[in-house]
Amino acid sequence: MRPGLFRLPLLAGCLVLAGCGALDRGVFSPAGPIAEAIRDEFVLVSLILLFVIGPVLILVPLVAWHYRLSNTRSAYRPQWGFNWPLEGLIWIPPIAIVVVLAVFLWRDTHTLDPYRPLPGAAALEVQAVAMDWKWMFIYPEQGVATVNRLVIPAGRPVHLSLTSATVMQSFLLPRLAGQIYAMAGMRTQLNFAAYAPGRTLGENMQFNGMGFQKEKFAVDAMDAAGFAQWLAATRAEPNRLDAAAYEALSHRSVLPAPLAFGTVEPDLFQHVLDLSQPSGHALDLRHFGPLRNSMPMETATHAH
Amino acid sequence: MTPDPVAPALRHAGLNLRHASREEAEQVESDVFGFWVFLMSDAVVFATLFALFGTSLEATAGAPDLRAVVKLGPAFIETMLLLTSSFTFGMASIEFSRVHRLTRRHQRLAVRWLLVTWVLGTAFLGMEVNDFVTMAHNGATADRSFFLSAFTVLVGTHGLHVLTGVIWLPLMLLQLAGLGLDRPLKVNLIRLSLFWHFLDIVWIAIFSVVYLQGALR
Amino acid sequence: MLTETHGVAHVLLGNLTWAALPFVRAWRDPNVSEIIGTGAGAVVILGAIAMFALVTWLGKWRYLWTEWFTSLDHKKIGIMYVVLAGVMLARALVEAVLIRTQQAVAINAPGYVEPGHFAQLFTTHGSIMVFFMAMPFLTGLINYVVPLQIGARDMAFPYMNSVGFWLTAAGAALMMVSLAVGEFSTGGWSGYPPYTELAFSGGVGPDYWIWAISLSSLGSMTVGINVACTIFKMRAPGMNFMRLPLFCWTSLCTSILMIFAMPPLTAVTLLLAGDRYLGMHFFTDDGGGNMMNYVNMFWLFGHPEVYILILPAFGVYSEVISAFSSKELYGYTSLVLATMAIAVLSFTVWLHHFFTMGQGADVNAVFGIATMTIGIPTGVKIYDWIFTMFRGEVRFTPSMLFSIAFLVTFTLGGFTGIILATPPLDYAVHDSLFLVAHFHNMLIPGTLYGMVAGYMFWFPKAFGFRLNERWGRIAVACWVPGFFLAFFPLYLLGLAGMARRTQAVFDPAFRPWLYAALLGALLMISGLVTLFVQLYVSIRDRAANRVPVGDPWDARGLEWSVAAPPPEWNFATIPHVGDRDAFYWRKRNKGAYRAADHYRDIVLPKNSACGVVLGVASGLCCFGLIWHIWWMALLFGLLAVATIIVRPFMRDVTRVIPAVEVEAVDRAWLAQAHAARPVPREEEQSSLNQGLAEGFPELVAKRA
Repeated sequence: MRPGLFRLPLLAGCLVLAGCGALDRGVFSPAGPIAEAIRDEFVLVSLILLFVIGPVLILVPLVAWHYRLSNTRSAYRPQWGFNWPLEGLIWIPPIAIVVVLAVFLWRDTHTLDPYRPLPGAAALEVQAVAMDWKWMFIYPEQGVATVNRLVIPAGRPVHLSLTSATVMQSFLLPRLAGQIYAMAGMRTQLNFAAYAPGRTLGENMQFNGMGFQKEKFAVDAMDAAGFAQWLAATRAEPNRLDAAAYEALSHRSVLPAPLAFGTVEPDLFQHVLDLSQPSGHALDLRHFGPLRNSMPMETATHAH
Repeated sequence: MTPDPVAPALRHAGLNLRHASREEAEQVESDVFGFWVFLMSDAVVFATLFALFGTSLEATAGAPDLRAVVKLGPAFIETMLLLTSSFTFGMASIEFSRVHRLTRRHQRLAVRWLLVTWVLGTAFLGMEVNDFVTMAHNGATADRSFFLSAFTVLVGTHGLHVLTGVIWLPLMLLQLAGLGLDRPLKVNLIRLSLFWHFLDIVWIAIFSVVYLQGALR
Repeated sequence: MLTETHGVAHVLLGNLTWAALPFVRAWRDPNVSEIIGTGAGAVVILGAIAMFALVTWLGKWRYLWTEWFTSLDHKKIGIMYVVLAGVMLARALVEAVLIRTQQAVAINAPGYVEPGHFAQLFTTHGSIMVFFMAMPFLTGLINYVVPLQIGARDMAFPYMNSVGFWLTAAGAALMMVSLAVGEFSTGGWSGYPPYTELAFSGGVGPDYWIWAISLSSLGSMTVGINVACTIFKMRAPGMNFMRLPLFCWTSLCTSILMIFAMPPLTAVTLLLAGDRYLGMHFFTDDGGGNMMNYVNMFWLFGHPEVYILILPAFGVYSEVISAFSSKELYGYTSLVLATMAIAVLSFTVWLHHFFTMGQGADVNAVFGIATMTIGIPTGVKIYDWIFTMFRGEVRFTPSMLFSIAFLVTFTLGGFTGIILATPPLDYAVHDSLFLVAHFHNMLIPGTLYGMVAGYMFWFPKAFGFRLNERWGRIAVACWVPGFFLAFFPLYLLGLAGMARRTQAVFDPAFRPWLYAALLGALLMISGLVTLFVQLYVSIRDRAANRVPVGDPWDARGLEWSVAAPPPEWNFATIPHVGDRDAFYWRKRNKGAYRAADHYRDIVLPKNSACGVVLGVASGLCCFGLIWHIWWMALLFGLLAVATIIVRPFMRDVTRVIPAVEVEAVDRAWLAQAHAARPVPREEEQSSLNQGLAEGFPELVAKRA
């Protein structure tokens, strides 16, 4: 074989190896029990499905090649169009496989329901407000808030309540849990936990405008001491998350760095939910100026 | 070529369609069937609007709600107008379907029934427009809440359909006067009658789901 | 004047200003992104001018008008639909390459396409591919083939056929105009509010989307009614339902889906228009609006829509695999039952498009199980096609190669579909590139390969000469590996958490996969180029490859029993059908290529300009609505209504082809058939093939 023939597969192989680091970023590298359960289910379903696709992948090239026109040794039965045993084989195993999958589906959809609380210690309550193009996290019991950074205690369940200040968004922590939409005027929930201290990524998956690709944040899981330290440091922050600060954040913008607020207006999340925050909802955004570098059309006032 | 006798299907199509060749009979069957299919798709549109209406009942955002907006009296009169118009259209259809001899007398009677239908339909529309104007006076406009939007669009879409019928009918009469009662016109009349009765049925649903529900809440 | 108009100018021009032109925007803010936008706008304008100039120079306006635009012939309309699809496919593929390129270069870098333009790119790419490429393509094939396969002369409603085409063309025109005047929506092909509401998208973009989609969906509704009525009412005598070719079965189910699925889309886009134009509160954040209603209604349309896209392709595969395996379809009854099951079940699964919207586990699980259930009839069909090849004689024509590639690739996509049907797994990969890879895995190897295979299969019938086979194989060689390279990396990226519709990437680990995806996209667009080259070469060599007798593949359906191209009236006499695979048995039983006992006058519809006028008027009315040029919307809206009103008053709408002419044409063709040399299957790709299959040469009727 010519040596040059190896170059392409070698190059491809290198690329594959270099790129396999990508799998570290998501559910196949779980950092919490929910993500791990999702990964395990993925593997289970894939293995079961091999029984369905395997025969197809084998039969298609085999049959097509064996019965090619130039193969005079293959049988030719132009009117062969039905066979009861074969029909049984075609219909019954797929039905059986779907029944098996359905059983697992029913069980796991209930177990992995995002609204289902995790067993174990009492959950940490966090409230998330999806904004354009940032995420606000309010810790109602601790009275602090952050923007674009979610700090949680490792090994302890977190109960997240979500809403949106603007359009529909989709909250995903790829290595920790599944997705849940955040919608204005509505409260959705997500229960998850991180196994161990460390940093992972969180993001919005539902397109919401010109800053969408940058709407990512860090998720920092800390051990008990680290979390307490962070809490104390945050409480010492001078900023207060009140109506004025909320309004300033409501402008469409991408923040250069995460923010922290030492005090939070009580029931802020409920006010946002009830659409009783004047800014940050539909109509009011019309009065805010356009983001620099956006198209002139995009946020222009709509002349009637 | 001797004309085939009237195909059994065409005797029941509602109008007198004599002396049709096989191809023409098939085309008429096709035309009427196609219109039924269109009505089914229209029914799906109404179904989605009913579903939206159902989810909107609580979303009043401080603006008038169903009870405030619904007046059973006028709605009842509108229902009677529309039901009667369906009856009169049926009478017109009967006159048109005199199989053996469609005399000028039958045709004149049919036209008169159609005119009555038209008047009733227009009266229905007039009352409905009046209803919406009254609502606007009371601040119950579609741009105030999801509920009012859903109400306006559900009732309004039906109204627009009736308007289409109210325009279609005199056009039929115009064709009758200008081109005579030929096969294409007869098929068109069958389609209009189906349309008219369909709108009647949708109105019954609206009356029940919107007006009765509003009055009984 | 740049951003707002006042007074008289405002009344005349609505919101139209100089700033609507991309050239002006690029002048004010020259950067690569704006220049690309300008280029696109320029292509539209210059392209339109060039086309006009070319047609004028060739003196072909009268020909185009009388032979094509005003024709009510299903064959002409079918071809026009496919041409429209081809043009839009080219545009949308270029957009795909731009998207792939941006994602490959914008790794911790700004890339060359701004977020606003990028968002328009993915929105137009999706909207065009679904509504203005796939729908017209399948409508075109159905339009051309179904009447021929059922032994009819035309569709049930030829005038409505023309109207449907021109409405769709008007929608496509709006999409093209949006490149040169204004901008398009940035909300994706699904246009979710509240993002597409006025408050968050205040420009004309979503309005372009609303009206283009509305025109297309109205057109599709007429197609659904037309095809369903045609198949129910216009079958040749003796063709009962269980003798229908599979392509007609799938067309019937597709049309039923269109009838029931397009109305929710029409409703939901018009309701969004109500929100944007009349201040209503269906889906707004305030006033009690609820975006979840939009999501439900859109997918109530959207899921049957994807089955509308795939079922005709399944029909094509049935025809192609049977023809090129030289064998009858295996499991005809199962295939019919499976098709009907898919059509019915497609209405029960829409929720799987938004498992993550917060419904309870019970609801999610029920819909997940329903979704998996659709996999059963689909799997049955795959196996039925495999066993059609079994004990056959398989010929690897390009159509057949696409079909075989489909069998393997689509099954892999089905695998990922079951993954997505499982709610907990969907939670991890929803709205990620995994989802994007899955649906492209269904649409490209499923729908697109099917459409291209159908195009290649029936091209000789429509135009009378075969396509160049070598270039067809090159096309397969580009598309099939190109698809794998472009989309399988996306599965991995989705599992890594990369979102869809994202203009920039911040993780270098994604780089090699995005490069591979770009390479794949380039391969696929090369595949499109080879298809155009194939067309050019085939036209250039057409004299050598003519198949006038009409049956180049020794196939089985009635469409092959007429000349290529068929006469305008399709059949000199309507055939009486005694069997499934009617033409095949006729060939076998000495019944093919016989003159009729008695020729009759044939009544055909006259040409009509009404469809064209209706389409143009609707398009202009919508343009007025988009830009708030109210006089324009009113004027052309009334013109459209007037056309609808005037048409029924016309009485002189048919013409008669005298029996003498029918007989002359038929006998001339039969003479050709009897003079032609039949070819065995091994030689069907050579220029010896005149369209007469050898099959059973001694059984071809000797007497005229």
